[in-house]
Amino acid sequence: MIAPEKILESINTEIVNIPSPFESGWDVRRIREDFPVLRQTVNGKPLVYLDNAASAQSPQMVIDRGIKYLQEEHSSVHRGVHYLSQRATNAFEGARERVRRFINAREARECIFVRGCTEGINLVMHGYGRKFVGEGDEILVSAMEHHANIVPWQMLCEEKKAKLRVIPINDQGELLLDEVEALITERTKLVAVMHISNALGTINPVKEIVRLAHKQGVPVLVDGAQGTPHLAVDVQDIDCDFYIISGHKMFAPTGSGIVYGKAELLERMNPFHGGGAMIRSVSFEKTTYAGLPDKFEAGTPAIAAQIGLGAAIDYLNSIDRVQAHKYEQELLAYATERLAAIEGVRIIGTAHEKASVLSFVVDEVHPHDIGTILDQEGIAIRAGHHCAQPLMQRFGVPATARASFAFYNTKEEADKLADAIEKVIEVFS
Amino acid sequence: MSELSELYQQVILDHNKKPRNYHKLESANRVAEGHNPLCGDQLTVYMQLEDEVVKDLSFEGSGCAISKAAASMMTQSVKGKTRVEAETLFKEFHSMVKGELDEEAQPNNLGRLKIFSGVRDYPARVKCASLSWHTMHAALQGEEAASTET
Repeated sequence: MIAPEKILESINTEIVNIPSPFESGWDVRRIREDFPVLRQTVNGKPLVYLDNAASAQSPQMVIDRGIKYLQEEHSSVHRGVHYLSQRATNAFEGARERVRRFINAREARECIFVRGCTEGINLVMHGYGRKFVGEGDEILVSAMEHHANIVPWQMLCEEKKAKLRVIPINDQGELLLDEVEALITERTKLVAVMHISNALGTINPVKEIVRLAHKQGVPVLVDGAQGTPHLAVDVQDIDCDFYIISGHKMFAPTGSGIVYGKAELLERMNPFHGGGAMIRSVSFEKTTYAGLPDKFEAGTPAIAAQIGLGAAIDYLNSIDRVQAHKYEQELLAYATERLAAIEGVRIIGTAHEKASVLSFVVDEVHPHDIGTILDQEGIAIRAGHHCAQPLMQRFGVPATARASFAFYNTKEEADKLADAIEKVIEVFS
Repeated sequence: MSELSELYQQVILDHNKKPRNYHKLESANRVAEGHNPLCGDQLTVYMQLEDEVVKDLSFEGSGCAISKAAASMMTQSVKGKTRVEAETLFKEFHSMVKGELDEEAQPNNLGRLKIFSGVRDYPARVKCASLSWHTMHAALQGEEAASTET
């Protein structure tokens, strides 16, 4: 364990001057200055943070916004008539409007604040699933889903005697799109797929899946946990019925997130949590519910976190995201090339369309051991099943090691990763 | 911070590569499954318990080097022990990897199991080292399942 004073000491370490090596011309050195957490050493080595798919770091802008809210604006939202409550409400609703513009939703009331994707998918399961899914009906998910987009539907299927069906994938980790059409039947009540695989990096053709599902009148939920960190998302262009966002994966604090849903669908759904703020009127005989989005936002929300999400969107709007995406693709290509050249390393997930997520296994070495040895080099990766055990079974591995890159990572860090993996192989040889 | 070599000692790497007593045990009258739900590791411990003595012991399963080596050495250490001796060893091992037992200063029966003391500097790996011990303990208790999360 590192002593707290050591951590403070290391935060003052100068940022290493790393020029961008790729054609995108992305000024990664300047971008890194925005992320204070990156300026530290771990086990005496500069932190190499490659666990962005688990949780991304926040830029100073997001941190400052949270501090400003807590120092100057905090109060409960939507209730008080006093000055602070109005300021908090303005900031909170301002964040909602930022989300609306960010994903191009028609109306802000289509953006429901939730704690993250897990809560978001559970909201749709309770609100839509429990109302509209019955015995013999089917929910269609994919073989690469995160547990958050499997377990809620299994729970629903168990309760309603409905059936969970699965879109298969090929050995590269791509959905078999040809199968989708046949899997959607008159019994299908919902298709629920991830935009980008957290474990493989695969970018799924969600627009095409929506088109196929809509041909048969079936709504589609897109788990966008890994979507918004890497891609510009336009929910009207995708035409999905639900798009779920996790704030902390897109540089905002944990506890922030969004369920986007088409208004006409959200209006027909049951509420999620019961309680304050989601009602129109309550008596012991009958309660009537509030309109959108309040109907789904019972209780005092995570105001500071959601305002932080708004600030993260401001940050993303302040950078050139097209260039950032190009840079991430360059990083991915470079890291893939370096790792693939190491004997004994096998990359899991080689889809044609990939985000900067690099899952791999090393012959005879368990991913946890890779993770521990890399940590000694200051490199943070994820080792495990990535909450996608059915996917691990599909690839015949108990777990993988995963390096996931953000636009603040560098080519030098990809080199450090490859060098450290060579060291792992040496230890275990 | 201890050096990496203290965790991945040669003995541990050797047991990882060539785990001892790594097979199904036909004579077993106790079988317990161990799961670490956080990482998905799982193993099965087979035990032949007669007159309160562990006559034979083996394991199968998948896991990291630490969990595999710990399981391998657990079977070696517990084989031939009485129930009471095995339970004592379980408690001592568990205390050591959690950093609650100073294996050099306080009396114990750990012997060569002390090479796992380095695990206490890696809190995330304590469950890897103790999974097989929890599972052995469950087998002794006549339970069929053990989890690091209970």
